[in-house]
Amino acid sequence: MLAYTLKRLIAGVITVWFIATATFIAMHQVPGDPLMNDKAVSAEIRANLEAKYGLDKPVTEQYFIFLGNMLTGDFGISFTQQNRKVNDIIRDHFPVSATLGLLAIFFAATGGVLWGALTAVYRNRLPDIIIMFLVILGISVPSFVFAALGQLFLVNLNSLAGQSIIPVAGWGTFSHMLMPSMVLGLGTMALLTRLMRSSMLEIVNEDYIKTARAKGLSPTRIFFRHQLRNAILPVITVLGPQIAAITTGGFVVELVFAIPGLGRYFVQAVQQLDYTVIMGTTVFYGAFLVLMVIIVDILYGFIDPRVRLS
Amino acid sequence: MSLFEPTSADFEPLPRQEKTEQITRPSLSYWQDAWVRLKKNTRAIISLGIIILLALFTLIGPLLWSVNPALQNLNQVSQAPSWAKSAVIIAPYQDWDGIRLEGYTSPNQIASAVPAPTGFAMADTPTTQRVRLIWDQTPGADGYNVYRNNRAPRDFNDLGLPLGSTYGNELSYEDRLSLEPRAYYYSLVPTDGYDEYEVYSQLILTPVLAITPDEAVERGLVTDPSEVNIGDDITIEFHPFGTDYLGRDMLARLMEGARVSLFIGIVAPFLFVLVGIIYGGFAGYFGGQLDGLLMRFAEFVVALPFLLFMILFKIAFGIGPGESGIMPMLLALILLSWPSTARLVRGQVLQIREEGYIEAARLLGAKDHYLILRHIIPNTMGVILVTLTFAVPSAIFTEAFLSFIGMGVAPPTPSWGSMCNEGVKTMLSHPHELIFPAVFISITVLAFNLLGDGLTEALDSKMRSRD
Repeated sequence: MLAYTLKRLIAGVITVWFIATATFIAMHQVPGDPLMNDKAVSAEIRANLEAKYGLDKPVTEQYFIFLGNMLTGDFGISFTQQNRKVNDIIRDHFPVSATLGLLAIFFAATGGVLWGALTAVYRNRLPDIIIMFLVILGISVPSFVFAALGQLFLVNLNSLAGQSIIPVAGWGTFSHMLMPSMVLGLGTMALLTRLMRSSMLEIVNEDYIKTARAKGLSPTRIFFRHQLRNAILPVITVLGPQIAAITTGGFVVELVFAIPGLGRYFVQAVQQLDYTVIMGTTVFYGAFLVLMVIIVDILYGFIDPRVRLS
Repeated sequence: MSLFEPTSADFEPLPRQEKTEQITRPSLSYWQDAWVRLKKNTRAIISLGIIILLALFTLIGPLLWSVNPALQNLNQVSQAPSWAKSAVIIAPYQDWDGIRLEGYTSPNQIASAVPAPTGFAMADTPTTQRVRLIWDQTPGADGYNVYRNNRAPRDFNDLGLPLGSTYGNELSYEDRLSLEPRAYYYSLVPTDGYDEYEVYSQLILTPVLAITPDEAVERGLVTDPSEVNIGDDITIEFHPFGTDYLGRDMLARLMEGARVSLFIGIVAPFLFVLVGIIYGGFAGYFGGQLDGLLMRFAEFVVALPFLLFMILFKIAFGIGPGESGIMPMLLALILLSWPSTARLVRGQVLQIREEGYIEAARLLGAKDHYLILRHIIPNTMGVILVTLTFAVPSAIFTEAFLSFIGMGVAPPTPSWGSMCNEGVKTMLSHPHELIFPAVFISITVLAFNLLGDGLTEALDSKMRSRD
């Protein structure tokens, strides 16, 4: 188990290094730079600025400085936001995105397992048909449409109540997080419901379910102890990659609901060619995602003994 | 009850009546069989029909609905969907003096209460050019406020938009504030010159859609003002899906946008699936260290941040104003999306490589390229087709997502995603601007998803052996 964990971690570090390098190369291939703006800057000021940010050095040297700083966890200073460190931007805004993402994952996972189990129990009956129709809808409607509809719903709800029950946009309290995280988790929830349903239906025909039934266990016990616990496994497997999907989807939801998350700053930085912020957030996101996938894989080993053996 | 007495006849063999082995169903190839099974799946067939309709909408639609999608008309901004409508030709606007009382003097004392105004009526036929209101003098009042509401007011505090105030001697009001041919609820509240009395009179009216001869020429309905007479009915241009925030026809824009969205949604998956087949097939067939190396590289490509590279391509291509930015998006999608197909194909090829029939073909002297083209690729086609159908919705989503955050196609080229982006800004007042493109995206994605489900079932050999 330890060897496996170590192996995965090393592979993860290599992946992060690759992301960092690819991002660095790509950033320096693009025409234009962050010092090029509307204001005419004299050659001297420009030279000073380049010296300040280290842009006057050869690209290879810049690359090694960048890698060295990254190792110490220092991503440099933002070009466009005066005197703001990339680390500060990440520290201030990542918790917001992470809270939103985790809440969304929570909604998606509980909802997915619940609805999936329900459809399997009521197979080919009305609840199954209704839920599966909603699932197909959830997969087919883009997240920004859900975000807009969610906001519209809140506006109508608040105007009907005559007061602001749930805030329409912004960030701060739990009620602020409710709608955005639900919207964010909706697509994933639909996907997990589908997965859960098929894995539940597969397990019904397994031998150990027949054995349990033959032993005379109550249907409730079979359902919870044998069926549900085994059916959840594939859901956990896709949870790792789904975290990645949730973070990218987070950009849109943060945009629509005016949430000060990292995604918004990332999009903004890319538009303004803010080198340090782009590279910092990309490497940070990449490392975070790699770590998440590794954690999920290791957790999976704890939950499913079969994986541990092989 | 007598016992059964067997006779010799009972031991005669029965004549053979039917053949033991008979082909009852016509012999079908893999694809014929899949097609038969797909045809039984109603949802998949309906989806296929929707996809064909969408293709027709995109290709033939612009021929039938030949409105220029880029034509802006600031007179008709954000109009709701409407069918063929006609307008009345009216004379150009002329000043109206209204009704003024001669020798009017304000009341000496402010009355504590006044009755509701009487005689609240329209002076003439209301048109979308102007609505003229008149009323009788209310004793005790020294002024009037006029309100307009789009729905029936609930109470005194819900009279709607305050249009204006008049002095005590003015017993008329002319409303020219962006009138539309719909029912309006006008309310008249008497005042003491400053404060309102809590009484009001109400008038419900629907202005007639009207344009002047000059406007008709401006909109290109007639070539000369003399072609129409005052009072004539004229058919004006209509927008079945409404107009957007610049007065552009939504239907024409949806057709134009469909080209972009469906082009990206269909061409990009085709190309990246092709790259994936070649890459994965190569890795899987030759195996060994080369396979490990190729697959490790594919894993790295998966880890690259899509959004960043998409934008880098866009900038690297030097997309200037007026260019659509479709090509960089296509390129980014292909360069970053192939690894999943490559992995899938590699897995399939690894599996098929070990099958008995490949061994047999090799023993018979088949060469590598024959094996790949004749045996391996056709046998992976089912899985590839399913991947392709599911890749289409994800590509359409990606395009919509990028255009929505303003990183996709550049204006003025419409795409469904960028139309949604524009529609979101006005979704509270003009929901149709968001709803139509969103519905088109959803229906397309839904159709491809259901078709993909149907294909999975139809092509799955496990399902085949079941019936």
